[in-house]
Amino acid sequence: MKLEELPQERSALNGYTRELCYGKDEEGKFRPGLSSGWEVKAAALDLAWDDVNERIEEAAELVKRGKKSPLYYLMIKNLMDSSILSSYTGLWRIRLKRHFKPSVYKRLSDKVLARYAEAFNISVEEIRGMEL
Amino acid sequence: MDSKFEHIQSAHCENGVVVKLLKSRGITQINEPMAFGIGSGLFYVHIPFLKLNNAPALSFRTMPGRIFKQTCNFLDIDFASKRFANPRKAAAYLDNLLGQGIAVGCQVGVFNLSYLPVEYRFHFNAHNIIVFGKEGGSYLISDPTMEAPTRLDEAELLKARYARGLYAPKGHLYYIQGSGDLAISEDELRRAVLKGIKRNVRDMLYIPGNIAGVKGIKYTGNNIRKWRDELGLRKAGRYLGHIVRMQEEIGTGGGGFRFLYAAFLQQAAELFDNEQLVRASEEFSHAGDLWRGSAVKMAGVFKGRASEQSDFNEISELFYEISDLEKGAFQRLSKIVKGNV
Repeated sequence: MKLEELPQERSALNGYTRELCYGKDEEGKFRPGLSSGWEVKAAALDLAWDDVNERIEEAAELVKRGKKSPLYYLMIKNLMDSSILSSYTGLWRIRLKRHFKPSVYKRLSDKVLARYAEAFNISVEEIRGMEL
Repeated sequence: MDSKFEHIQSAHCENGVVVKLLKSRGITQINEPMAFGIGSGLFYVHIPFLKLNNAPALSFRTMPGRIFKQTCNFLDIDFASKRFANPRKAAAYLDNLLGQGIAVGCQVGVFNLSYLPVEYRFHFNAHNIIVFGKEGGSYLISDPTMEAPTRLDEAELLKARYARGLYAPKGHLYYIQGSGDLAISEDELRRAVLKGIKRNVRDMLYIPGNIAGVKGIKYTGNNIRKWRDELGLRKAGRYLGHIVRMQEEIGTGGGGFRFLYAAFLQQAAELFDNEQLVRASEEFSHAGDLWRGSAVKMAGVFKGRASEQSDFNEISELFYEISDLEKGAFQRLSKIVKGNV
């Protein structure tokens, strides 16, 4: 990789920072240089987000159809899985799974919901009032 | 902002923190490639059955925290590393260090880092930043992957230090102990470089099992060959996209850290005035180019331009070629350091 060939293409980091990469100068010596981005990896990141957005839409659909509670949607929306959510809320995964059932969710106390609210960075009222 | 503090940008966060913490104590010989090499940063591992963000778990670098610890150990520098069960104590401890004018490395999760674009904010907890001061309610932050220093308020930093999930930081902070300027001699530097190379040879050639080191690269190559049939084109493409991200995304310096390692060996060659190290550096430079070439091929698949089994075979063969190349290079390095250069 030559320094002058460092790609200067698009990136989600545009407007935030350029990233430092290593390449060879004219004398063949490796030096740091700045790259604005590389299409190949920008496309890979797009792909990851397509995936995420697809999962969010699926989750919203499940909530609308009454198959899952809004907590499930919020977990997916926050890019979490049940193990991450479990560590943020301090609730066991088996309990999370129960709380994803709309019938169980409806009976949850504010105290339990507050744990979710903190994990999702929103208020209990926002969770209760959620419409998809 | 503290005008005496000079922000240093690096490719990889942990390297950058090491460079800066050493520099803040007067040690200027350690630049990013040096930290990466002495810390034996280069690695490869593909963990089967573990899925990260619904894709295979693989890494092109060593465990988080290792580069700092090992660089300090090999240079005989005393450091402290602490985690806290209680977030309030973690905040107070940090404030106390900052009050003494000590620059502190902090492990953080990126999900809640407001200065990063949202596209980069996954639940990734092995990010490292330097906290170098506090003004009013905000911490002065030097994130080595960014071009400029930034700030975080108290709540934000604490949240990032207590991110949960894999590699949860638990308030992890680290710094160099004592005060005043330190110095390392050229002999000490040479010894550390040799130790770093030896350890890296061990990790890449002799680690047991077939999923890590140069063998791990073939393991992934074998998997890729089967993905089209086993997973279908769509999912296989997503997996390849994930590999490209791990390999080329911000923090790698390009080519899955291989250019960084080539840069390190070039500096080592100068330090020891050794032609063979120059050749080894060239091999890693070539490996980096091949890794980048494989990323282009993988992008061809997930962008829908290449969809045949032969395309997957080609990528797989590239992984084999890279594995053999790196194996040869590390065997050569092994001989060089055994003769103590």
